[in-house]
Amino acid sequence: MSLPKPVMRGLLGKRLRLHLPLAFAFALTCAAAVKFGVTEPRKRAYAEFYKNYDATKEFNNMREAGVFESVRPSGE
Amino acid sequence: MLRTMARRLGSLSSRRIMGPVTCSRAALSSHGQEASPPADMSLPMYCDRVDTPLPDRPYRETLGEHEKSLKRKEKGPWTELSKEEKIALYRLMFRKTYAEMNTSSNEWKTVLGGIFFFVGFTGLVVFWQRRFVFPPRPRTFEDEWQAKQVKRMLDMRINPIEGVSSKWDYEKNRWK
Repeated sequence: MSLPKPVMRGLLGKRLRLHLPLAFAFALTCAAAVKFGVTEPRKRAYAEFYKNYDATKEFNNMREAGVFESVRPSGE
Repeated sequence: MLRTMARRLGSLSSRRIMGPVTCSRAALSSHGQEASPPADMSLPMYCDRVDTPLPDRPYRETLGEHEKSLKRKEKGPWTELSKEEKIALYRLMFRKTYAEMNTSSNEWKTVLGGIFFFVGFTGLVVFWQRRFVFPPRPRTFEDEWQAKQVKRMLDMRINPIEGVSSKWDYEKNRWK
């Protein structure tokens, strides 16, 4: 019938001391993951695409495929 | 005042209200004159709630002679009470212990079963609708149309860097 007195104080502080650094670490990890998993590859993909991009050649290919209304393919 | 109102609303919304309310339910069913008159909701009511440790009134208010003498003994030093007397006093004040309040039930099986049943019924309704209600499908859903659509997207160089046109090999005329 005589139990030890339970802990009455400092409960929030104890929880925060663990969970606050954990939360910050998790948030920073997520940000780093997005940066190195998504944005950096995307930037590289764009750089690669435009390194040897010939706009005129692409335009002529599209024209021959017949998608434009202002210029018809060269055969017509 | 707001808190007592909230508690009363809370105990009304929970289905564990004790006392005359269960008797009133019996009175509402057509069993004749068995039950006592319905509970007076303007008076404090007893409730078994995990978040309200001290209900508005004791569970047992009308006490017999033996119980009244026990209550008189309670006014003295508690060290003189035996273990059975202490438990009896607890049971006068409360209906269920916290352990009894927190016991799990098999209600979840009923709930889950009901959910599945009605989801299944909804499936039948959807099939019936597909057969009898919906108009014919648009021609844009046909495979041939979809293929022509993708070809046109590739011709227009849609999303050539990371999207659909980037997955097409324009030299070999096939997917990469």
